[in-house]
Amino acid sequence: MYTIGIDIGSTATKGVVYNGSISGEIIIPTGWDPKSASKTAYESLLKNNDIKENSVKSIIATGYGRVSAEFATRTVTEITCHAYGAFCLNPNIRTVIDIGGQDSKVIRTDKDGRVIDFIMNDKCAAGTGRFLEVMARILELEITDFDNLCANCEAQPISSMCTVFAESEVISLLARGIPRGNIVRGILESIADRMITLVNRLDVAYPVAFTGGLAQSRVLKNIIGQHIGEALYTSPSAQLTGALGGAAMGWHRDN
Amino acid sequence: MSDIEELIKALSKNRENTISTLQALKGKNRVIVGAYCLFAPYELIAASGALPVSLCGTSEKTITHAEKHLPRNLCPLIKSSYGYAITGTCPYFYYSDLIIGETTCDGKKKMFELLAKITPVHVMNLPQSNRRPEDLDLFRAELVHLKKYLEKNLETAISEKRLRKEIRERNEERKISREFYQLSKLDPPPLPGSTVQHVLHGSGYAFNKAEQNTTLRRLIDTVKTAYANGERATPKKQPRMLITGCPLGDATEKIIRFIEENGGTIVCFENCGGAKDREELVDETLDPMDALAKKYINLGCSCMSPNDNRIQLLSRLMDEYRIDGVVDVILHTCHTYNVETFRIRELVQKEKQKGYLGIETDYSSADEGQLKTRISAFIEMLQ
Repeated sequence: MYTIGIDIGSTATKGVVYNGSISGEIIIPTGWDPKSASKTAYESLLKNNDIKENSVKSIIATGYGRVSAEFATRTVTEITCHAYGAFCLNPNIRTVIDIGGQDSKVIRTDKDGRVIDFIMNDKCAAGTGRFLEVMARILELEITDFDNLCANCEAQPISSMCTVFAESEVISLLARGIPRGNIVRGILESIADRMITLVNRLDVAYPVAFTGGLAQSRVLKNIIGQHIGEALYTSPSAQLTGALGGAAMGWHRDN
Repeated sequence: MSDIEELIKALSKNRENTISTLQALKGKNRVIVGAYCLFAPYELIAASGALPVSLCGTSEKTITHAEKHLPRNLCPLIKSSYGYAITGTCPYFYYSDLIIGETTCDGKKKMFELLAKITPVHVMNLPQSNRRPEDLDLFRAELVHLKKYLEKNLETAISEKRLRKEIRERNEERKISREFYQLSKLDPPPLPGSTVQHVLHGSGYAFNKAEQNTTLRRLIDTVKTAYANGERATPKKQPRMLITGCPLGDATEKIIRFIEENGGTIVCFENCGGAKDREELVDETLDPMDALAKKYINLGCSCMSPNDNRIQLLSRLMDEYRIDGVVDVILHTCHTYNVETFRIRELVQKEKQKGYLGIETDYSSADEGQLKTRISAFIEMLQ
């Protein structure tokens, strides 16, 4: 028997097959059509892991596109799934910082991985992956280049939180000849600042996990860690946290 | 349930016959006085012989028009109200001879200056707090000022006898509305929160109060009987929610909808259209002007600093209605309610150990996706 969790995010669709532990995973771009992305992810999970549909006892869909996964047994919000996913990765975690493609959130959890309190960013792209994507485009960089490029750079502060204003700010910094590395560092600092503001609105408890696509950035992880005074926990499966939470919830809780 | 549905329909229907009713009243030279806020004392307006009406301000449609004169970055309630006024689309405003405004916030206060170009506006100056005896004196003087204004403009005298009669009747109305929403103390509640809100909202627009009270009484009795017979309109064991914060209506009913669509049950509305005005009656044993001043200055509105009365009311309601989670609705740029979220959060989470969700929203549908996620996650947290 297996359970499946599908996390249909604004940028990527993530899937996990679970049978007490992760036994298969997938990450594909969501593209313009969350419905077909979720279906592709589901079918690929079955095929790649040689699993028959009738041996899947539950499929939990989460993420902004969760309603478009018509084949799902049920839908659960990404808040609840991230909390439980982080708990599966490390049961000691009490706070989860997640930066996704179109929103970011801070979640406080208890010893069983249940949500105690949470906060999400306001309805704008500031402090999200989208903010970083826009900046990467102007700088003609891939987000994965960011860490190496700014490794030994001094941060050039970016004062605008608004993505549109920050875009013109970065353009004028480039015109002034500021090195790209310094700007990148400044952009990461700006995202970290935004996250710290959210973190401070909740009663943060330790240890803190950092999940979502941006958790791959070592530099961002270190900056946020320095601000909250404790190293953040990340996992190579950080991007799969929501999908894992969904799959594991189907396995452990829905019996 | 068909009886119940019909009664609910009758109670929410008030707004549909509006134009013909208002026209008929105008034909009989009845003076109509419009107000936006609970602080405009219904009893005093009614005692002048005028018909007090609630003015519109809960639709997104009129906002674009309002933005011709008002800044974009302003509370949607103020913009919508003003937009209704300048476009002539609110029948209550259209037929109002006078408007009673109040200084509950800076945005409204300044908007009334512009509104006065269309219809005469009398603005009541509210004290900033309600703790000191001086505040009460100030507010009582303001009520006297309003009384004189009404008497002068309506060429009438407001007698003590008439004022006492209006106070008694309004208290009756409060008592019966209270009895109605108190049905939600039952677990599960007999009616969905959206229905309760619908009826309470509708009652603000009822002209014939006696008829309204009779229908509401019948609804209460019918609902009680049906409940006793085992009829249930809401599922068991859903988290019991209380809504507090800025006034709700039409556009912001999206919040009520999302709570109910995602497995929550709303059992109490603390805001202006709900318990805020109805929990405390006007003391019928006092001098009527003293009694009105005492009653209205105690409204737990965030324009008061500090606003301990809201905390006390919320605290009591949370216990009485056995609340699992509180949703605090803040309209965009409502600074006073927004700052107060900190205190409400402390009360709910620290003191009561219950769930708290603060939502900042406006009248648009732009944030519906985000709201659904937040509200669903909040309900999942409470389950």
